[in-house]
Amino acid sequence: MDAIILQILNGLDKGSAYALIALGLTLIFGTLGVVNFAHGALFMIGSFCAVTLSKILNLSFETIDPTRTDFLGNPAKIKTPYIESWFGPETGAAIIDWAVPLSILFSIPIMISIGFIMERGLIKHFYKRPHADQILVTFGLAIVLQEVIKYFYGANPIPTPAPDAFRGSFDFGALLGIDPNVIIYPYWRLVYFAFSAVIIGGVFAFLQFTTFGMVVRAGMADRETVGLLGINIDKRFTIMFGLAAAVAGLAGVMYAPINSPNYHMGMDFLVLSFVVVVVGGMGSLPGAVLAGFMLGILESFSSMNEIKSLFPGIDQIIIYLVAIIILLTRPRGLMGRKGVMED
Amino acid sequence: MSKTNLTRRGVLKTGAVAGAGLALPTYLSAASHSGFTNAPTGSTVTLGFNVPQTGPYADEGADELRAFELAVEHLNGGGDGGMLNTFSSKALQGNGIMGKEVKYVTGDTQTKSDAARASAKSMIEKDGAIMISGGSSSGVAVAVQGLCQEAGIIFMAGLTHSNDTTGKDKKANGFRHFFNAYMSGAALAPVLQKLYGSERRAYHLTADYTWGWTQQESIAAATEAMGWQTVNNVLTPLAQTDFSSYIAPVLNSGADVLVLNHYGGNMVNSLTAAVQFGLRDKQVNGKNFEIVVPLYSELMAKGAGANIKGILGSTNWSWTLQDEGTKAFVKSFGTKYGFPPSNAAQTCYAQTILYADAVARAGSFNPCAVVEALEDFEFDGLGNGKTFYRGADHQCFKDVLVMRGKENPANEYDLLEIVEVTPRGQVEYAPDHPMFAGGALGACNPGA
Repeated sequence: MDAIILQILNGLDKGSAYALIALGLTLIFGTLGVVNFAHGALFMIGSFCAVTLSKILNLSFETIDPTRTDFLGNPAKIKTPYIESWFGPETGAAIIDWAVPLSILFSIPIMISIGFIMERGLIKHFYKRPHADQILVTFGLAIVLQEVIKYFYGANPIPTPAPDAFRGSFDFGALLGIDPNVIIYPYWRLVYFAFSAVIIGGVFAFLQFTTFGMVVRAGMADRETVGLLGINIDKRFTIMFGLAAAVAGLAGVMYAPINSPNYHMGMDFLVLSFVVVVVGGMGSLPGAVLAGFMLGILESFSSMNEIKSLFPGIDQIIIYLVAIIILLTRPRGLMGRKGVMED
Repeated sequence: MSKTNLTRRGVLKTGAVAGAGLALPTYLSAASHSGFTNAPTGSTVTLGFNVPQTGPYADEGADELRAFELAVEHLNGGGDGGMLNTFSSKALQGNGIMGKEVKYVTGDTQTKSDAARASAKSMIEKDGAIMISGGSSSGVAVAVQGLCQEAGIIFMAGLTHSNDTTGKDKKANGFRHFFNAYMSGAALAPVLQKLYGSERRAYHLTADYTWGWTQQESIAAATEAMGWQTVNNVLTPLAQTDFSSYIAPVLNSGADVLVLNHYGGNMVNSLTAAVQFGLRDKQVNGKNFEIVVPLYSELMAKGAGANIKGILGSTNWSWTLQDEGTKAFVKSFGTKYGFPPSNAAQTCYAQTILYADAVARAGSFNPCAVVEALEDFEFDGLGNGKTFYRGADHQCFKDVLVMRGKENPANEYDLLEIVEVTPRGQVEYAPDHPMFAGGALGACNPGA
């Protein structure tokens, strides 16, 4: 029982990441009709926003300490972050410690700008081209983006820890009346789950309860009619691209303490997120979220030793297996609109 | 009056035959027909450095390349000479190799066997490289070693830790300076016993490829021999990034030690997940839960950040060693690049110097002469104390370091501390040890 609860929790945080990335992907597909293979790169850039802010906050000046030596035996250079000298050691250290949550604010304008530049500078030229062309160009863009990141940040993962207040684990066992220390779960992963729920809720609320969102939803349903009403739907869809980029970026920012950011992390999530979108139903926002959590949990369960002893290697194929079954039995996906991608 | 039969045609014929006869010995010994691949003919000799310049181990590759550049500089008489000053063999004079200036070309392995073979082939066939060195993966090392054997080129392996490189996949033209998984187990086990006791239950997470398998086998054998139990061994895909679903079952498995047979990004991510799940703070079977990372690298320790603190592992070498060779190398490298060298850098530097020295001692670039010079060669002054290149399998034997993540690093490079320098005798094994069984060294191949 405890193992099952643990794997459900695992699946929830993994599913949160899948859901957030898939939400942006399906938002872009639903509005612009573009299959964006560079979406994983946006998630990766979000993570590197956290790395960048952390580096900025750690910018330091050097002083020579004659009492200590460096690895070559020369007097040691002691680095003191500017922020500690400006705000005092304690406040400065606290600000540095909270670099990842602060990166949320830092990343939003950056990600929206990147989204705008991407859409206006490249992707808009491919709206009327076949999906294969869109996939090729956005995949190429993803490779360029990850190589740029590798050039500036190197190939190795960069540790970007959560604030001290969120390190450690929460004892679910004690909460549920089971033995203590049996079901423990990292605080930051719980934060990630809660954060993704807020973001997903925010996106749905934005689309559901604002005039802008209503126009976008109308455009998704019937672009031509909305255009005939004199509404510049293209402009709104560009804004939605920026919003999708920001959602992927925020998913990446908060994921940085879970897995140290590296230039390749976007690609690791991209394929799985596409499967999530297909399973959920191309263009269906609730489908993307549902499939994200469902596949995250299934993936976690398939990693259990008991399951793997019955079906060796099942953890590697479970997501694709589910995708095949769904596509065979319900080609439009779990919550896809009738007629979309059913050919 | 005598009559001679001399004719113009006869003189030409006789002259041609005699000339050819006289020229034959010269022809046979001419450099261009010296009987081995890429025999250097001019005033230079070209070495090929095949390192990961792209892909997940690009940072290791960059450090290897720095070391190669430094070694070439020292061989050509530049810089402060580095470990040439402390090396026990004095065959190298700082005038290149046998008076030929050392040039080098580089290739990108991409940490993919096929790409590594292609770049090594290109360096051999197009650039005339006479020796190939470098790499940051056992899969790559085994692939390139096989290619060099076929081509008649010496392969001086870089970072490769699988037992197979000098075990079932060993080749006469290949030499490994780096230690291996068996040695990690032999060095770590006594320290683990001393610090954590003899009654421990270990849970292994193992990267699902040749290096992971041999390391798991080696560590499990070494720890079981001192009384530990192996509770489970779970293979994890190489492409895995989030290890939480593999870590969660550890919590209630009854294990009190987690052994992470992971390297690179896998190690950083699995260790991070293990720490996040509170394993370091857990008590099982009345003992503190411990995590072990059998193969450490400085660059990966940096990636893991604070999670590495207090965790035991092993390395081939450390810049913090205090022998004269290490100090000379760290000074050269640190002065040139501004930071201390990694394990991988030291191995690549040492391999280049060892190759050049073998050529100088043999008095020939012929791979078979080089093999003969390197086999059963004992030396000192390149770090790790007295070192022995065993002829039976071309594996180097030297002291192995047991390291621990430092609790209070003094600076950004001061991440690992030496717990114990395990003497060479403790990590040696017979060439026909079962973990290294299969395959044959074969005969050296001089190539063309």
